[in-house]
Amino acid sequence: MSNIPKELRYTATHEWVRPEGDGVFTVGITEHAQDLLGDMVFVELPDVGDEVSTGDDIVVAESVKAASDVYAPISGEILAVNEELEDSPELVNSDPFGDGWMFKIKAEDASEVESLLDAEGYEESIDED
Amino acid sequence: MVDFFGWDMPINYGSQIEEHHAVRQDAGMFDVSHMTIVDVQGPQAQDYLRHLLANDVAKLTVKGKALYSGMLNEAGGVIDDLIVYHFDATNYRVVVNSATREKDLNWLNQQAEGFDVNVMPRDEFAMIAVQGPKAKEKAHQVFSPGQQEAVAGMKPFFGVQAEDLFIATTGYTGEAGYEIIVNKTDAIALWQRLLEAGVKPCGLGARDTLRLEAGMNLYGQDMDETVSPLAANMGWTITWEPAERNFVGRKALEQQKAEGTDKLVGLVMTDKGVLRAGQAVRCEAGNGVVTSGTFSPTLGHSIAMARVPAAVGDTVEVEMRKKWVTVSVVKPSFVRNGKSVL
Repeated sequence: MSNIPKELRYTATHEWVRPEGDGVFTVGITEHAQDLLGDMVFVELPDVGDEVSTGDDIVVAESVKAASDVYAPISGEILAVNEELEDSPELVNSDPFGDGWMFKIKAEDASEVESLLDAEGYEESIDED
Repeated sequence: MVDFFGWDMPINYGSQIEEHHAVRQDAGMFDVSHMTIVDVQGPQAQDYLRHLLANDVAKLTVKGKALYSGMLNEAGGVIDDLIVYHFDATNYRVVVNSATREKDLNWLNQQAEGFDVNVMPRDEFAMIAVQGPKAKEKAHQVFSPGQQEAVAGMKPFFGVQAEDLFIATTGYTGEAGYEIIVNKTDAIALWQRLLEAGVKPCGLGARDTLRLEAGMNLYGQDMDETVSPLAANMGWTITWEPAERNFVGRKALEQQKAEGTDKLVGLVMTDKGVLRAGQAVRCEAGNGVVTSGTFSPTLGHSIAMARVPAAVGDTVEVEMRKKWVTVSVVKPSFVRNGKSVL
């Protein structure tokens, strides 16, 4: 059974969202997602300052198996990206909810996060897969 | 686990990249029991195989020597690629792919008509491939003294029956090692003893990245019944002499050779991104296709095989995620014995 931290929010497309305060959220992909993708070999991140909208494909996570898009879970501005992933994409596999984070986003409307799945909802969504 | 032509097989046991490195740097093992083993025996076994295969088993004179060959249809397309072991002119063992099992067996039987030969699938066997620079040393720990003696000094591409095991110095990784044929009933115990000897289990994922680094074709991807062996880097497996040996597909091949065919090349991309099978290729000489592509764990960047016009230059463009990316063209071989050959 996959680890799904209770304090995070999720999308059905396997992104997780962690509130950092002041309308800023950290985003990555779930343990379940990295398990499906297999060993990560490249992660192409957006540029800091990019304005993105919910559902935009803004990251390419390329694993040994396939190239997969990672979507913006909410609209806002990219404040930071995880540059460690440039040399160590395997952090997404080894620590998906921690050192494997992908980007930080300043929400246009922080309440948008409330509409995302909670841990229970996400678990149900992957059970249906 | 995935359903691999009716066999439940793991893509990876843990990290696919770690499994890959284990084979390049130490020793890994693959359960390749899905491979189809067929013994070909009878007074006309040699005549039959000289008719059936594009490579010539008459070249095999030493007991146990193996040969890689394509098995072609009349149109010169590749029905399958295989390894044949020679024991004597009346006794051979053939190992073909699992994906093509039914059509291969049908073809083997159909072509046997008129030859005094028995074609016997050996479904009672399993097969374990132990590969890597330390594979032999570790495998020897589980061999009996008699088996160790039987394989001592055995050159690459040989096989020997040693007590209950058939042990061959063949493989699909570009590393030294053995492919071991064992009775199904003893296979789990052998696997367990290899595990205790420090051999790491590896799945289909690592098997694919290893064979691709080694520049070895995968049937169904790099060639199939619609592709000439001349367009699949298998020209070296066709034995043209003697000219009177009229093997299946020869006439079509002679015509293809005269007219010219595409060729299979290697591609190297050192920028970010991974070349994948099916991507379109273009160059001044015309269009092509990526037949196999992957991230090479040994080299740290992407490599691929592509079927392209014979007049291809030093670079081609590949369509990746709606962009055309320029990549280098090389011979289709990337890594041997743990080292880059680029």
